[in-house]
Amino acid sequence: MFRNQYDTDVTTWSPAGRLFQVEYAMEAVKQGSAAIGLRSKTHVVLACVNKANSELSSHQKKIFKADDHIGVAIAGLTADGRVLSRYMRSECINYSYTYESPLPVGRLVVQLADKAQVCTQRSWKRPYGVGLLVAGLDESGAHLYYNCPSGNYFEYQSFAIGSRSQAAKTYLERKFANFMSSSREDLLKDALFALRETLQGEKLTSSACTVAVVGVGEAFHILDNQTVQTLIDSLEIAEEGPVNEEGPAADQGPPADLDPPADLGHPPAEPAVAPMDI
Amino acid sequence: MNLIDSTQAKNTLLSSEIAASERTLYPYVTGTSVIGIKYKDGILMAADMGGSYGSTLRYKSVERLKPVGKHSLLGASGEISDFQEILRYLDELILYDNMWDDGNSLGPKEVHNYLTRVMYNRRNKFNPLWNSLVLGGVKNGQKYLGTVSMIGVHFEDNHVATGFGNHLARPILRDEWHENLSFEDGVKLLEKCMLVLLYRDRSAVNKLQIAKITEEGFTSYPPYALKTFWNFSAFQNPTVGAEGSW
Repeated sequence: MFRNQYDTDVTTWSPAGRLFQVEYAMEAVKQGSAAIGLRSKTHVVLACVNKANSELSSHQKKIFKADDHIGVAIAGLTADGRVLSRYMRSECINYSYTYESPLPVGRLVVQLADKAQVCTQRSWKRPYGVGLLVAGLDESGAHLYYNCPSGNYFEYQSFAIGSRSQAAKTYLERKFANFMSSSREDLLKDALFALRETLQGEKLTSSACTVAVVGVGEAFHILDNQTVQTLIDSLEIAEEGPVNEEGPAADQGPPADLDPPADLGHPPAEPAVAPMDI
Repeated sequence: MNLIDSTQAKNTLLSSEIAASERTLYPYVTGTSVIGIKYKDGILMAADMGGSYGSTLRYKSVERLKPVGKHSLLGASGEISDFQEILRYLDELILYDNMWDDGNSLGPKEVHNYLTRVMYNRRNKFNPLWNSLVLGGVKNGQKYLGTVSMIGVHFEDNHVATGFGNHLARPILRDEWHENLSFEDGVKLLEKCMLVLLYRDRSAVNKLQIAKITEEGFTSYPPYALKTFWNFSAFQNPTVGAEGSW
């Protein structure tokens, strides 16, 4: 995308009928680190790539619990994501307080979308620079939605957003037909496979990713490092057949990538404990 | 012009009088007890059709049982105009709920809690809606029956009543209610309670309305009167044996 004379204000249309500021906001989502969601009839899984900038720092929080039955994964401007998560939590708890009942996720998603739309039609605002994968339960089962900075929202069987998400989407497109009837464990495995696709050859370790799940009878929660690493190890044994094969005990030095140099030099194939693993 | 007049009028009122004219002090047209019970297919409710104006039994065709949305039934005792106001609030609530058009709908539990919030918040402002409400309904096979008072006291039970019904009907229900009453048995039980209320509650009128709510929806039955008997021997010559009475 190139600069042009119609891209200064969000309230300026281009002659081709585009709002460039909104499109630029969607670019911000594409630059963020990957987030993936998949759902079956009864469960929804969210998984994110979570690499710290340096060995000294902690990871960015990318998955937020909004209520026992709703959680969200973000990609893009994480500060905007944090603010929207706070809004979601507020809406959930207010609804619960008034009606003693969980807010149906479909309604929360529409409220979020309307909130985002406002920012595309005020000259003194800017669009939120974050894409949200909303996972939740309601009367009709498990749902996964994607909320755009543009104010649009879509329901998905599975989706991936952020950088190198196309690789994950390609994987998911091959497998999604079975997701509705998948078990919880299979759904988690597929999420991790898809996540691995976005790493383009790097080793998947539990310190570099976050996985969360919500289901019928299971409140939304983020899986702890131990559980995730066990799942990752069982992937390696199963050896499904994704693009990059990884020998279980082989120590693959991560290839020179867009990551900052501080990330190189992982210890050999052991569940890596990240510095400041909070 | 009007603005000046009202300020002048206000200047002659004490501040306590101004405050009083802007909040509820006492009810005017009131309905008496409502009784609700769970039965096999859902909820049964009974209420008479009287609207009293103090001690005058003034209005005799007041419907105090009304459906709310697809899944609920609301019965009210107390100030009739406040009941009508509550129906307007609920109308709006259900309208917005329907406008989502998304397969989700507010069930009786949600409506009950909403009403609790409304009643309690009004009570906190010292401007209550002067009603005792019975809210019952069925959704996805789950039966729900609850009550809210004008001060926001709320709870659920298998059988509830308002006003005099609490004192006269609930003891009967405690003895004779059981799970999975048939429709006929439920109605008989309600009639038994309403008869006691008719004999003993001064504001009761002999014209009752029965309504039910089941998974299929709301049904209201045409109003009818109960047969009363006034010739019990214990009440003949009631003062015989009372020392000093006539």
